[in-house]
Amino acid sequence: MAKTILIVDDSASMRQLVTFALKDAGYEVIAATDGKDALNKLSGTKADMVVTDLNMPNMDGIELIKQLRSMPAHKFTPVIMLTTESQEGKKQEGKAAGASGWIVKPFTPEKLMEVIKKFMR
Amino acid sequence: MSTADQHKDAYREEALELLAELETSLLDLEQSPDDMELIGRIFRALHTIKGSGSMFGFEDIAEFTHEVETVFDIVRNGEMSVTKELIDLTLSAGDHVKMMLNAAGTGHPADPKRAQEIIASLQKLSPDKKELDAARAVSSEEDDPASLHEGKSITCRIRFRPPGDIFMRGINPLLILDDLRGLGECRIVAQKEEIPVLNDIDPEHCYTYWDAVLTTDQGINAVKEVFEFIEDGSDLKIDIIDIIDDKPTSSHKKLGDILVERGDVSPDDLQKVLSRQKRIGELLVDADLVDTGKVESALTEQRHVREVQEKYQRSETVSSIRVSSDKLDRLVNLVGELVTVQARLTRTSALRNDPELLSISEEVERLTEYLRDNTMSVRMVPIGTMFNKFKRLVRDLSAETGKEVEMSTEGADTELDKTVIDKLNDPLVHMIRNSIDHGIEPPEVREPMGKPRAGMLHLSARHSGANVLIEITDDGAGLDPEAIRTRAAEKGLIDPDAELSEKDTFALIFEPGFSTARKITSLSGRGVGMDVVKRSIEALRGSIEISSRKNIGTTVTLKIPLTLAIIDGLLVKIAEEVFVIPLSIIEECVELSRDAASKGNGRRISNVRGEIVPYISLRERFMINGDKPPIEQIVITRIEGRRIGLVVDHVIGEHQTVIKTLGRVYKDVEGVSGATILGDGRVALILDVPRLVQNMEREVAFAGQ
Repeated sequence: MAKTILIVDDSASMRQLVTFALKDAGYEVIAATDGKDALNKLSGTKADMVVTDLNMPNMDGIELIKQLRSMPAHKFTPVIMLTTESQEGKKQEGKAAGASGWIVKPFTPEKLMEVIKKFMR
Repeated sequence: MSTADQHKDAYREEALELLAELETSLLDLEQSPDDMELIGRIFRALHTIKGSGSMFGFEDIAEFTHEVETVFDIVRNGEMSVTKELIDLTLSAGDHVKMMLNAAGTGHPADPKRAQEIIASLQKLSPDKKELDAARAVSSEEDDPASLHEGKSITCRIRFRPPGDIFMRGINPLLILDDLRGLGECRIVAQKEEIPVLNDIDPEHCYTYWDAVLTTDQGINAVKEVFEFIEDGSDLKIDIIDIIDDKPTSSHKKLGDILVERGDVSPDDLQKVLSRQKRIGELLVDADLVDTGKVESALTEQRHVREVQEKYQRSETVSSIRVSSDKLDRLVNLVGELVTVQARLTRTSALRNDPELLSISEEVERLTEYLRDNTMSVRMVPIGTMFNKFKRLVRDLSAETGKEVEMSTEGADTELDKTVIDKLNDPLVHMIRNSIDHGIEPPEVREPMGKPRAGMLHLSARHSGANVLIEITDDGAGLDPEAIRTRAAEKGLIDPDAELSEKDTFALIFEPGFSTARKITSLSGRGVGMDVVKRSIEALRGSIEISSRKNIGTTVTLKIPLTLAIIDGLLVKIAEEVFVIPLSIIEECVELSRDAASKGNGRRISNVRGEIVPYISLRERFMINGDKPPIEQIVITRIEGRRIGLVVDHVIGEHQTVIKTLGRVYKDVEGVSGATILGDGRVALILDVPRLVQNMEREVAFAGQ
């Protein structure tokens, strides 16, 4: 069965790009616009992996990771955060919150797949 | 529309929305400059514009926005207050991003000076910027000295002790070990001594750690990359213990040495137990200095290093090898010499009339031919590699001109001699530029004509006998014969009243100094014209032809010989002189009887099975004295789609022709493309038939005027 990946980003173009790349690679994709939306969409279902942006309105990526880690279903789910060069501090926060890995924007679909493969096979 | 374009459009739309939001937030911020919520929103908008920008090919926007974002990062951290000046500048920055967005894809980028001005003013507002930069510069300078070992095989020892909460971080340590195994020969020993008794086990905690010995040729950085995401918090030690160089390294280390090196046992302890003369591993375990896991790990390393070194010395078999093209050239030269000698052998054996020698000579001839074909095939490379390079060129050019171009290719696996491919690059680049610059129209011109917005550029390659045909087709404006004629008359290339066929008219663009483009663009019109293209194609013994229809498009066809070194030729004789005609252009040989030949219009016409075929008498052409034999031979060739005969005294037969270039002294001799050495040691000239025909036609045209 195809693995499900949840992509959380407030940028529609990012969601489109990532969704496209993931579907192309054969994954099921759920897209959410921010942390709150993500948690809503996860209620009653389970993602095998979460890819999330950090800077988002309503609930940011850090908080989302913390919430996920406190849920029995997603305690051990790999979470990849999307960061930029200038966000070293945020990255540390994310790691402390329990992020598995990160991808620095801008990235190519190949890079995305490469990182995903590190955590889920 | 390609998916890349779709993504670009999505980005553009979104960025415009974000810019509108940015503007509103900025105006609100002016009213309440301390509203952190607003500052956060502004930062996020900038951040998204920047982050997505560079992913969708808007690097300029990303770079510019980054500077603005940096300032707002400082504001967000409370290190700088919001001023009217800052808001003004950010507003104009937003306007500039909008300009950049609209400019993208039109070929007229937004003014970069404006961007610099805005950035400079913003930086003046934030005095901390320099310090921040300096701090960043230092942190990015931590370059890795280990990359020195790139390309060589290294053996490293790795101790990987993941953080206890690794599972809570969604990381499966086994996948990391798998990655490690993927890098090369790898042995991993799990260290289990820290696992507590069952009652005390927390199943969500990771107690195990691993020792690995890995031999890889991917470099130390690849090894470090495996641990990229888990490095912090892990106890990770990677040491290079062996670099497999050309010379084998010193013998493998003793177990005790390895343990000491790892810091698992002190040298003193080692000395102490060594003196007791028992197996060192057992001794150390007995002495309770290390546990069995560590000894096992060290033993594994010892075994690993030993095996890797042995294997290296056996030297692996390989499926392909790289050879310098020099060596190949030398090989081709040698084969050429061999072919020449073989021709001598064939001739000598034919003269001796010794059946045994004849059969040997035939065998040698066959083998030589195989050898020749094999050697040539070694030098053949698919043309696709070159086509791929053009994709980028087309992309850049269409961005530069603001024209939409879709390139397609066909026959990418067609093989050509490497040297030929190298020499084809520049002419092809030039013609592709021509097609995009002069041929394909901008979308706004194309659409009203009912053509698709995006122009089509098609590259195809295919075999045709001993030649490869390369076609560059576009569906652009096509050539305008009228414009060409006017221009040529202006330049004095033709008589204004001259009547020219369409083909002859198109051929004019290959004349030096011809260019119909009225304005010089950055793409073409830099003085390098089609005449240069034609010359380089002819230098490859190829030919070039253009066909075009106004508003439908243009096709340029290049005919390139497969190889430059050895060809099949036909030996012909005139009096005592021997010439070679490339076999690939020959269609047939027939007899020319006197009465079948008739004179007319200064050029000679023969009647071949009812078909009129013009011919050139080589005897007359090369002014060879002596009488014609009663029955001459006519070698009928096909040049640019027409049949043309060459009249010779005798046709001798096929000949594997090793092409030798003529010296510089002969470079201006027209009608001869090279020479070859015959079996009896004589030199025969290779005829450049297309050129002969051209010259002949020109003379006939002059005579007719």
